[in-house]
Amino acid sequence: MVIDCKHVWNYISGYLDDDLSEKTRDIVQKHLDHCEICSAILDSTRNIIILTADDRVFELPVGFSERLHMRIDVELMEAGS
Amino acid sequence: MIAAILAGNTQLYHELVRPYERSVYLMALSYMKNEADAEDVAQEAFVKAFRNLSSFRAEAKFSTWLISITLNEARSRLRRHSIIRMESLDEPADGNGGVSPALLRDWREIPSEAVERAEIRELIQLAVESLPEIYRQVFLLRDVQELNVNETAEALGINISNVKVRLHRARMMLQKQLAPQLKTMNKTSKRRWLPWS
Repeated sequence: MVIDCKHVWNYISGYLDDDLSEKTRDIVQKHLDHCEICSAILDSTRNIIILTADDRVFELPVGFSERLHMRIDVELMEAGS
Repeated sequence: MIAAILAGNTQLYHELVRPYERSVYLMALSYMKNEADAEDVAQEAFVKAFRNLSSFRAEAKFSTWLISITLNEARSRLRRHSIIRMESLDEPADGNGGVSPALLRDWREIPSEAVERAEIRELIQLAVESLPEIYRQVFLLRDVQELNVNETAEALGINISNVKVRLHRARMMLQKQLAPQLKTMNKTSKRRWLPWS
């Protein structure tokens, strides 16, 4: 079975998460093997997911942890009193 | 550890929450859109979690329980300040909701070192922030905080197939917005780094 590009796009996320049935994965893989555009979409999506997951992209503000634990200390003291 | 805290060893609460500081803050930030408000919401969520610790059920995961407290705190704060964005929590009514990706012919991988550049970090942050709420939540939990599908469904109170559909759309929306921008920046920076250019 051959599917067109638009159908393949529906499976990009499932392909990346290895969440496709074996049959669907084979069909998608066959398409990716010869379609430059869908391969680039897959590669760019995977690349973007990796970049976004990098801890340096979303960092905690400086001093966040110290301020949080001071606030928790206040709460613990109030709870204990 | 939770049992010990409830039994009176409350100082252990510091240790209990330490691994979740980042995930709670990120969830708060995705709603509040500024660091100061997000920090307030995160602190409040940790305090509320402590006050309600006795209602935590062991069959749930502490991380997902914390995330739902954070979501509730952020939403109620936005409501109180009447600045809740009028975003629909329903799936968009665009047929199958398909999102077309950006069409590219070749993709040169952008290495992780690229996130050391502030402009790359900002591009990514803006793109994630601009996702509609229902997609942003799922994306942050699955791809940024790396929760699994079940944990994400539990934290958000939605079913597993919704998690998968929303994650797919979020990823496609990000690809559509970011891929052309990152591709251009990659080219620009390459030219700049070449000594003979």
